Amino acid sequence: MNIFTGNAVSGITLAMLASIASHAFAEDITFVSQGGAYQEAQTKAILEPAAKKLGLTLKQDSSPKAYPIIKTQVQSGKVTWDVVDLPTGDCIRGVEEGLFEKLDLALIPNAAQLPAELKDDYSVGYISYSTVLAYRTDAFDEDSAPKTWADFWDTKKYPGQRSLRNLPRPTLEIALLADGVPADKLYPMDVERAFRKLEEIKPEIATWWTSGGQSAQLISDGEVDMIQAWNGRISAVQEAGAPVAFDYNQGILETNSLCVLKGTPHKEAAMKFVNEAIDAKLQAALPMIIDYGPLNPEAFKNGVIPDERAAKLPSSPQNMSRQALLSAKWWASEEGVKAEERWLSFVQKK
Amino acid sequence: MSNAYLVKPLAEAGGQSRPPLPNQAALAREERREHASMLLLLAPALVMVAVLLILPLCWLTFQSVQSEEGFTLANYLRIFNEPIYWDTFALTFKISFLVTVLSIIMGFPIAYAASRLHGFWANLVLICVILPFWTSVLVRSYAWLVLLQRRGLVNQTLIDMGIIDQPLNLMHNTTGTVIGTLHVMLPFMVLPLYAVMKKIPQDLLQASESLGARPFYTFRRVFLPMAAPGIMAGSILVFVICLGFFITPELLGGGRTILVSMLVQRNVELYHAWGAASAVGLILLLVVFMIFWGVNRFIPIERILGAR
Repeated sequence: MNIFTGNAVSGITLAMLASIASHAFAEDITFVSQGGAYQEAQTKAILEPAAKKLGLTLKQDSSPKAYPIIKTQVQSGKVTWDVVDLPTGDCIRGVEEGLFEKLDLALIPNAAQLPAELKDDYSVGYISYSTVLAYRTDAFDEDSAPKTWADFWDTKKYPGQRSLRNLPRPTLEIALLADGVPADKLYPMDVERAFRKLEEIKPEIATWWTSGGQSAQLISDGEVDMIQAWNGRISAVQEAGAPVAFDYNQGILETNSLCVLKGTPHKEAAMKFVNEAIDAKLQAALPMIIDYGPLNPEAFKNGVIPDERAAKLPSSPQNMSRQALLSAKWWASEEGVKAEERWLSFVQKK
Repeated sequence: MSNAYLVKPLAEAGGQSRPPLPNQAALAREERREHASMLLLLAPALVMVAVLLILPLCWLTFQSVQSEEGFTLANYLRIFNEPIYWDTFALTFKISFLVTVLSIIMGFPIAYAASRLHGFWANLVLICVILPFWTSVLVRSYAWLVLLQRRGLVNQTLIDMGIIDQPLNLMHNTTGTVIGTLHVMLPFMVLPLYAVMKKIPQDLLQASESLGARPFYTFRRVFLPMAAPGIMAGSILVFVICLGFFITPELLGGGRTILVSMLVQRNVELYHAWGAASAVGLILLLVVFMIFWGVNRFIPIERILGAR
């Protein structure tokens, strides 16, 4: 009897100790992104493998508008989020407002694989998407299709209904490209010139779209013959069987970056997690599930992404060089905000 | 509501010289008790209005004059200085007015038919009005999109019939916005009109005719004046709801038909501050109050709402 109880007790004690130990060592990390299919794809390709490798307990949250929540958390000192995936512009704005930790590059060696324009002291590039020129293949055959933004502006040679996004970003960049500004000379932006160019095409614009879903509907129903749209939306429309084509030529590349919240109790784990999230191997798994381009260039060199898939991604080396990189920094500046203010009166005025 | 009418004549009849009747105190007590119980019944509604309407409005007002540096009128100055705000308010009122007038023109015959028909047919007309009312605004706006777009049903049919060569621009503009909004608003016009018309006695119209009035004269001098409160009630409902409309203009307006509600949303996105948007909302609310006040001077609101 005695021996039995003794064994049972020590067994329970051991089990308790073990569970305490595993709790103590498996640190939590909370990752936040925009939700939906995008976050699901990340979870499978990047987040879960990264947490497993680091022995972290992964928690997730999602918010399409995370910025105000981050601000509230940091300012109230109750930080529950650790690593956030944000549009790069939000990262830049957050640095000015003191919301993010400076990245500890000793813990993030993978950051060295990214080119300088895709990172700064507080954030590192994560994924990318592109705004491209898409057209109906039943309105134009491949040889006579509009291929540049100058073609989009040429209503004589390329007749048909057109649609642009109802926001200046990156529509102003597009106008400048149409006006002949080289892709690497877009910034600091000549806002005056961009709006002047837009006035030219304004009477020819059938509709100014506001949501990505709307842009997809416009081109897939044939409501317009050519449109400015995101590559992921067009791929989805193509998969659904609509006669639509696009090319990355003169696309405007935008990025999301990762930042670490200021005052997180898991700072070191968060830095290590960022390092894994931009690991070339994990990054390469993402575009196999969803139409976003990994930003670590090494992701295209490890043989995970087949060539025909790479050709369809905005960040593959062959497509990257044909596009312009949007400057989130310029849009976060005072001039950028002013350009945004000006947009509404531009659209409304006849 | 109260039994004050019982107390007053008694007190007056009692005069000043005579001592108060013994039951007067009891009556007054009864009256107070009734007031208290009325207040108790009203309490849930009062609490709801206070918590869900008055308090948030105070909060909006506070936010609209607040910035990170403290008190500011910047949000209001922007509205008065930038033409975009004026243009947007003007367009919002123009579209609301247009929709209201069109809904009277279209709603009047429907309400008339429903009020003069009986049994099954009257029900059928009313069901046709109410059924779309139960369908989501979003769904109805998308349905219009399918009908009105370039390769949509309307344009395709007109082209097939040889009436037009080029598709008409039925949406992505004010036309599309008005058509879509009108469809959503029609029940708000028909239902109050129907309620008022149903109460107009047939005898009066017959009396008018038996005295030799022609049908149109009867309509103009007898029916129309009695239906007027319904028209007013419907118009106010439609106009005010239109002023804050969002989904339909957003989907059918082609991005260039910017209404006040869209300006509110845009301000939140642009300035990342509720203050700028609050100011726009408050100005709209003020304008609506002014309209009500103006209307009330000609026709008391109580009468419009049917309470006499």
